[in-house]
Amino acid sequence: MSETETLPAAGSAPATAPLLSVRNLRVEFPTRRGTLVALDDVSFDIHPGEVLGVVGESGAGKSMTGAAIIGLLEPPGRIAAGSISLAGKRIDNLPYEQMRRIRGREIGAIFQDPLTTLNPLYTVGRQLVETITTHLPVGPAEARRRAIEWLELVGIPAAAQRVDSYPHEFSGGMRQRVVIALALCAEPKLVVADEPTTALDVSIQAQVIALLKRLAREKGTAMMLVTHDMGVIAETADRVAVMYAGRIIEIGAVRSVVKEAAHPYTAGLMGSIPPISHRVERLEQIDGAMPRLSAIPPGCPYNPRCPRVFDKCLTLRPELLDAGATRAACWLYDPK
Amino acid sequence: MFAFIVSRILQALPVMLTVSLISFAMFAYVGDPVAIMLGQDFTEAQRQALVQQLGLDQPFFVQFATFLGNAVQGEFGLSYRLSRPVAELIAERAPATLELALCAAFIALAVGVPMGVYTGLYRHSWLSRFFLTFSLIGVSLPTFLIGILLILTFSVWLGWLPSFGRGDVARLGWWSTGFLSWSGIKALILPAITLGLFQLTLIMRLVRSEMLEVLRTDYIKFARARGLPNRMVHFGHALKNTLVPVITIAGLQLGAIIAFAIVTETVFQWPGMGLLFIQSVGAADIPVMAAYLMLIAAVFVTINLIVDLLYYAVDPRLRIGRGGGH
Ligand SMILES: Nc1ncnc2c1ncn2[C@@H]1O[C@H](COP(=O)(O)OP(=O)(O)O)[C@@H](O)[C@H]1O
Ligand code: SF4
Ligand SMILES: [Mg+2]
Repeated sequence: MSETETLPAAGSAPATAPLLSVRNLRVEFPTRRGTLVALDDVSFDIHPGEVLGVVGESGAGKSMTGAAIIGLLEPPGRIAAGSISLAGKRIDNLPYEQMRRIRGREIGAIFQDPLTTLNPLYTVGRQLVETITTHLPVGPAEARRRAIEWLELVGIPAAAQRVDSYPHEFSGGMRQRVVIALALCAEPKLVVADEPTTALDVSIQAQVIALLKRLAREKGTAMMLVTHDMGVIAETADRVAVMYAGRIIEIGAVRSVVKEAAHPYTAGLMGSIPPISHRVERLEQIDGAMPRLSAIPPGCPYNPRCPRVFDKCLTLRPELLDAGATRAACWLYDPK
Repeated sequence: MFAFIVSRILQALPVMLTVSLISFAMFAYVGDPVAIMLGQDFTEAQRQALVQQLGLDQPFFVQFATFLGNAVQGEFGLSYRLSRPVAELIAERAPATLELALCAAFIALAVGVPMGVYTGLYRHSWLSRFFLTFSLIGVSLPTFLIGILLILTFSVWLGWLPSFGRGDVARLGWWSTGFLSWSGIKALILPAITLGLFQLTLIMRLVRSEMLEVLRTDYIKFARARGLPNRMVHFGHALKNTLVPVITIAGLQLGAIIAFAIVTETVFQWPGMGLLFIQSVGAADIPVMAAYLMLIAAVFVTINLIVDLLYYAVDPRLRIGRGGGH
């Protein structure tokens, strides 16, 4: 499995060395009633400057993947197997202090709800300045100048005055712009954006995504973009990973996944996607529900809901297999 | 800002009025001050004269208004027991109580806050468990017992610290302080610990639970995700967010410390207002009791005002006028 994954996914990833490389990642939560496997055998790459979209139903493990990458899994959750490498160096087993220096500096993070992400008692300027001076060799005056510059970059009007405002003095959309500035201000090479627009008003979601996309392109920042919005994925991502029950069940170039989805689950999701001009806000509903972590069926985890299930699916678990334009974890693409 | 202070003072007025009414009622209707002051042998003329002098022949509201007017000027009449002006007696005793209360509050905060932060951050360490067990003792043992145990240990067995009194006091104008002499400082230690222990454990538990709460918030996770050092996350972002409730409780507790100094002052024969109050209760010395009650109410009201102002300083969300936000 891991040998095949190190090859770039068919016809999609650029032929450079990956910036982020996640291999066979397994995250477990020990509980009183046994160990829950929240992520199982998750492997993917993100190349410099590339945007990887991550989609999947709520509870599929998208946030967990992001938390594992930035090294902030909540105890007792832990990485039980696999590896995460950044620019060729393992980062999943670093001591807290070393990983701390990577957070913000090499990997930025954007959270879902801008109303709760900012410290209410600090001005946005102070939060920017402390992030900049923590990671970059600049003094307070220069950090403040850069803080104002970042606020301008993310489109805060009258940034020079607003730098001394508190978070509650901004609207939700403006606060998310501040969060984006905070995630990017130490110039990380990778940003993990976990549903950055889900909590925002529908009318401003597109603006915030456009801002994120523009900044990532200008700064050459790679991005892992978690979202429910297939329209956003189609417009923003280079490649897409589809997650289901803690696994990646399909991954490939965005056009291929949207237009020629190989996995029955992805096909169901994309089933009624109208042309890009008609935006779909939510993933298509599929009958049934994703299994809870404590009740993942043997074999293919999608088998209870799959319209194309056959006997092999009930006992053996499919790995990611070449499936035409994408790679899909489905026995339909078993060459044997 | 000014309007804010004025509105708070206006809100405090009914409280003060109620307390004065109670004090006055006590003053006017509990016991018979005339009988107490005259003693055994008196003529009817003497009695009449005293009734007139005390204004007891006036209608209720006139008496109350006179009482209030006097109270505002710090005038509470003569102590039945000591035949000296009450204001003078209280002014004499106040420095002892205030020094004791401030030391107790200082101990409670200076020890309680760091212990709370520590137990919040390192929930499972054996030191945290020890602190929590210790705090249970602090909460459950009655103050007088703590005082007696401390006296037993440090005065009787070890002989390190005095068991009663204030030691040598120096005068600074009308204020008398024990801080300027070694014996005054030594005398302060045991009573201050006794008085502050309950508040210390309370503040520790409060800071701990607030810390646990705040550490779960998104802005703390985001502060970590930005790569800020733990020092900044814990003692900057997290601690500052626990301060609002801590300020409230600490403020109320300072009022409580002053009010409940009575027990500690009795155990240590500390010459403060609490001891004066207890002695006055024994002698049914109503003017002193009334004055003490009103003073304590005034202390609570003042502390509340200061607490509100501190909120203002800590939490920017309150600084914007009503509505604020967006
Ligand atoms: N502290 C925890 N203990 C046990 N299971 C957890 C914990 N946190 C999250 N999970 C489980 O991990 C799975 C993945 O969650 P998450 O990554 O948040 O999903 P997503 O972001 O895709 O909606 C979910 O099934 C969730 O119930
Ligand atoms: S492996 Fe079987 S059950 Fe799973 S998606 Fe493919 S066909 Fe459906
Ligand atoms: Mg999520």
